[in-house]
Amino acid sequence: MSAVFAAPRDVVSLRNFLWWILRAAILGALAFVIFGPLFNMLIWTVAERWYFPHTLPIDYGFSYWGRVFSPRGNALQSLVASISIALFTVAGSLALAIPAGYALARLKLPLRSLVLLAFLLPQAFPNLPVYVNIARLFYEIGLNGTVLGVVLVHVTHGLVYAVWIASAAFSAVDRDLELAARNLGASGLKAFADVTLPLAAPGLMASAIFVFLESLDEFTGSYFVGAPDVTTLPLLLYSAGAGGNYQIASITALLLLVPSIAFMLVVEKFLRADVLAKVGQ
Amino acid sequence: MTDDAYLNLRGIDAGYSRTRVLEGIDLSIGKGEFVALLGASGCGKTTLLRTIAGFALPSAGSIQVGDRDVTRLPPDKRGMAMVFQSYALWPHMTAARNIGYGLRLKGWRREAIAARVAEMEALLGLEGLGARKPSELSGGQRQRVALGRALAVDPDILLLDEPLSNLDARIRLTVRHEIRALQQRLGITTIHVTHDREEAMVMADRIVILDKGRIAQLGTPQAIYTRPASAFVAAFMGAENVVHLDAICSGQRVDIAAGPLFRAASLLLDQPAPASGRLEARFRSERLHLRRLDEISPEDGNAIELIGRVEAVVYPGGEWRHTVRIGDGSVLVDGTEALPPGTEVIVRVPTNGLFLFASPVDAPTGTPPSATDEPSPVRERLTA
Repeated sequence: MSAVFAAPRDVVSLRNFLWWILRAAILGALAFVIFGPLFNMLIWTVAERWYFPHTLPIDYGFSYWGRVFSPRGNALQSLVASISIALFTVAGSLALAIPAGYALARLKLPLRSLVLLAFLLPQAFPNLPVYVNIARLFYEIGLNGTVLGVVLVHVTHGLVYAVWIASAAFSAVDRDLELAARNLGASGLKAFADVTLPLAAPGLMASAIFVFLESLDEFTGSYFVGAPDVTTLPLLLYSAGAGGNYQIASITALLLLVPSIAFMLVVEKFLRADVLAKVGQ
Repeated sequence: MTDDAYLNLRGIDAGYSRTRVLEGIDLSIGKGEFVALLGASGCGKTTLLRTIAGFALPSAGSIQVGDRDVTRLPPDKRGMAMVFQSYALWPHMTAARNIGYGLRLKGWRREAIAARVAEMEALLGLEGLGARKPSELSGGQRQRVALGRALAVDPDILLLDEPLSNLDARIRLTVRHEIRALQQRLGITTIHVTHDREEAMVMADRIVILDKGRIAQLGTPQAIYTRPASAFVAAFMGAENVVHLDAICSGQRVDIAAGPLFRAASLLLDQPAPASGRLEARFRSERLHLRRLDEISPEDGNAIELIGRVEAVVYPGGEWRHTVRIGDGSVLVDGTEALPPGTEVIVRVPTNGLFLFASPVDAPTGTPPSATDEPSPVRERLTA
């Protein structure tokens, strides 16, 4: 009798076991797809010699780090260029996104969603022809190869994040909070500075970080407008990778990765659900 | 319109795009007066308050404070302070900074602001809470911080937008009296928006009843309660029992012929009667006399007597509440003694509790309908 009852239990536990195996396999594959290349990159940064058919590097060491950070390595110079371009881009984008986002959030603009959509346009067209034409235009007015030129390209690119998130951040601030300040004698600008801006600050901070990261990462525009006079980290990474120098490419990529990951953690803290819910509305 | 009016509204129209929310509002409020704007949701009372505060501009009409025309002034130039329904406290400032904000705008010195804030905290029982953020305060405390923020600037006019509606029922009752006492002590001209009839009655010197963007009636609580100007006001003030009857009126006399549902009566009102014809009679469930059909009444004839049958009786506290069927409709009648369901009864409505209005043209003819069974539009709007 007991065998009759035991059989279905075994089937159930076997099914559970197989289900477990399946889930573990899917999750493992996913983890490999995400972390495998990253891990490969990490190994490359400390590999001295590594060629086929060896599964792992033959020698480990930090000599390429020295080359990257040597005065002739251009890495520090590109890092400074990249970060200053990103900071200028953030400043430019926010200067436009704060008034634009506020207007989109507060004023009942008739074509509100159309305006929001318009900021997506630079993303909608294929990047290459757009940037080639911008480069041509900038060349004629002498902006090609200048930091300002690269910043302008990055601002058009980052504006979509900046405006969308800023508009969501301002929408999340209750209008009555502003009116309460107006009511007690604050001018429109004063109420904005004392109430609206501090309350929208976390959202604006998040949009600034997004713009910063986008600018740090941007390649196509920087390449056509900036190279060879302005070298950003992605450009350096490109030339190193194209030249088959995987060590330098990996170290540069790691440099790019550190601020990205650090800021993503910060953004996650700043972007509250109520702001996210209003993005694009 | 009195000559010593402090706040004068003349012919105010307001609305959003196509819909008109307010139409031709004329209102004068004396200095130090407490006026309640009372109405169901959607009647325009909050729009009127926001128009006075300057958050919305009227499409027509003028607003005057003293001899100053403020119609087109921005809200910060009006000398008014508002307590919002949501309190609208700034979450990034402490309670003390919220209260002191208006004074900071006026350029007061730091010590002067601290002294005034301390004074407000003492006045409102907020001692020791100044360092807390609004999120760390209870509903009642937030409400008092909002009140303190408005009072700190010593406004010419205090605007209250349903400030009690977010409080617990028990706290609300005490806060009503606290706000009223404070207003009288400080002598601030106050406009209070509410949908709560009792709240308006106990707090205000005068009540403005708004219906669909117009003033339905304006008067002291007692005047509005005892002499409602229209069937709407009567219903809003609790006279929800309705009976339709035919009457011949002349001057202050109303003669009602006997019918299957009411006995013949000849009433003498203390005010002019409506025109002869079909009338809508409204009355509250209190202060009626309920007796068995076969009992003889010793009372005089200045009352209408309705014939009906008890359908249900409940005890809500105080008196027994009977549902009495009269023809197709039914009315609620309070009585000291419980009469069992099925009893044939007479409901006696004395003239001093009876409000007669000309029946609206679309009112059904024949047997008297009533508001108690069917969903009444007024009641629906009240609970909405």
